[in-house]
Amino acid sequence: MSESIWDLLVRSFWPLVRGALLGTIPLTLASFALGMVIALAIALMRLSKIRVVSAIARVYVSIVRGTPLLVQLFVIFYGLPSIGVILDPWPSAIIAFSINVGGYAAEIIRAAILSVPKGQWEAGYTIRMSTATTLRRIILPQAARVSVPPLSNTFISLVKDTSLASVILVTEMFRQAQEIAAFSREFMAVYIEAAAIYWVICLVLSAAQSRLETRLDRYVAH
Amino acid sequence: MSPTDPGASAPLLTVRGLRKSFGTNEVLKSIDVTVGRGQVVALIGPSGSGKTTVLRSLNGLEIPDSGTASFDGYAPVDFAAKPSRKQLDSLRDRSAMVFQQFNLFPHRTVLQNIIEGPVQVQKRSVSDATAEALVLLDRVGLADKRDAYPFELSGGQQQRVGIVRALALKPDLLLFDEPTSSLDPELVGDVLEVIRELAAEGWTMVLVTHELQFASHVADHVVFMDGGVVVESGPPSEVLVNPKHDRTKQFLHRLLDR
Repeated sequence: MSESIWDLLVRSFWPLVRGALLGTIPLTLASFALGMVIALAIALMRLSKIRVVSAIARVYVSIVRGTPLLVQLFVIFYGLPSIGVILDPWPSAIIAFSINVGGYAAEIIRAAILSVPKGQWEAGYTIRMSTATTLRRIILPQAARVSVPPLSNTFISLVKDTSLASVILVTEMFRQAQEIAAFSREFMAVYIEAAAIYWVICLVLSAAQSRLETRLDRYVAH
Repeated sequence: MSPTDPGASAPLLTVRGLRKSFGTNEVLKSIDVTVGRGQVVALIGPSGSGKTTVLRSLNGLEIPDSGTASFDGYAPVDFAAKPSRKQLDSLRDRSAMVFQQFNLFPHRTVLQNIIEGPVQVQKRSVSDATAEALVLLDRVGLADKRDAYPFELSGGQQQRVGIVRALALKPDLLLFDEPTSSLDPELVGDVLEVIRELAAEGWTMVLVTHELQFASHVADHVVFMDGGVVVESGPPSEVLVNPKHDRTKQFLHRLLDR
C-alpha cells in the first residue's frame, strides 16, 4: 500500500458519512418514531385499571428489557424465516429497534405521566374534558417536559445501537467501516474514524436536547 | 346579600344520602344537602369532617359509595349504580370547581387556561371565548395578565384566574374548595371580594371554607359537618351566632379563640 493513512481517512470519509446519512440516521429516526408510538401505547396499557391489559404491558417491558437487542435482531431476521416470515434487512432492523425502544421508553413515559399532579386531571375533568382530551392537551404536554432528558438518552443509545444492524446486512455506517477496514487492513484508523462520526452525531443531538429543554421550560419558574 | 329566597324557588341541586368510606374509615354517613337557585351554601366543619368530599362528589371528582345527586331538569345520578362517565359529565355540565391549589394548567397562558373549556369542550369559537374571557379577566382586575403563565402570578392572582376559568363555562353552580386556604394572608381579601361580588350577582354556589366571618356575610345557608354527618344547618344567624349543638359551639369557640 502506497497510500498514507491520512489519504485513506480522507478517501473513506464520504462513504462513512453516506452510511450515516443513508443508513444510521434514517434507521434511527424511523425506529424511534415507531418506538415512541409503541411506548405511548404500552405506557397507557401499563396505567390501565384493567388488570389483564396492564399485565400484558408489564410482560412486554420485561421481555424487551430482559433479552439482548442483538438476540432480538437475530430472532426477527434469522429466526422468523423458519416459521415462514421472511423480512428484508431494513424492515427487520426497524421492527427490532422500535420494539426495543418501545419497551424502554414506555417506562419513561409512564413515570412522566405519573409525575403530573392529580389536580391537573381533575382540572381537566371539571371543565368537562374527556380522559383522552385531558391526556392529550393537559397531561402529555407536561409529561413531555419531564421525559425529554431520559428520552434523549434512549435516542442517543439508539443511534449507537443501530450499528448492530450491520450483522443483519443493513448497510449503515458501521458496515461501511467494516468493509473499508477489511479491504485496507487499517482497522484502527477506520474504526476510530467511524467512532468519531458517531460521536459528532451524538454531540449534535445533545445540543438539540438542551435547546428543546429550554423551550419546554419556558412556563416553569426558575 | 343574595336576592333569592332559598325557600321560594325549586332547588337547583338536591343531594340525598351520600355515603362514602375509604377502607374502614367512613367519611360520609348519609349526607343530605339542598341548594336553591341563587343560594350560597357554606360547608364548614373541622378537617376530616367530610365537607371537601361532599363538594368533590358534586363534581364527580369523588364517587360516593351510595346516594344521589340531581340537578333540576336532569336525570338523577345514582352513585351506588357506578355512574358512567356520561352521567358524571352531566354533573360537570352544570357545575364547575375552583380548587384549593388552583390547578391552573402551567403550560398555558392565563387566557389559554380560561378558553380551554369553552373552545375544546363547548366548541365555541376562539374569538367569542376570548372576548368573554377578557371581560371576566378585567372584572377580577387581571386584564393585563392575559398572556402571563401561571408561575408568573401570585397565589391570589392564580386563584382569581381559577375562578374566571370556572365562570367561563357558564355553569349553574360554582363549587369552591377552600379557595383561600393556600393563600398568604394578605392575598385572601382580593379573592374573597371576587366571591362576594359573584354572590351579590346571584350566582349559586357551594363553598367549603374556614373563613367563618366571610361565611356569615356571604352565605344564605350554613351547613356544619363533623365526623361525616351534618350536625346542624340553617341561616348563618342561627348556626354561626346561636348554634344549638354542643359540637357546633365547640368548633366555633376553637376557631374564634385563636
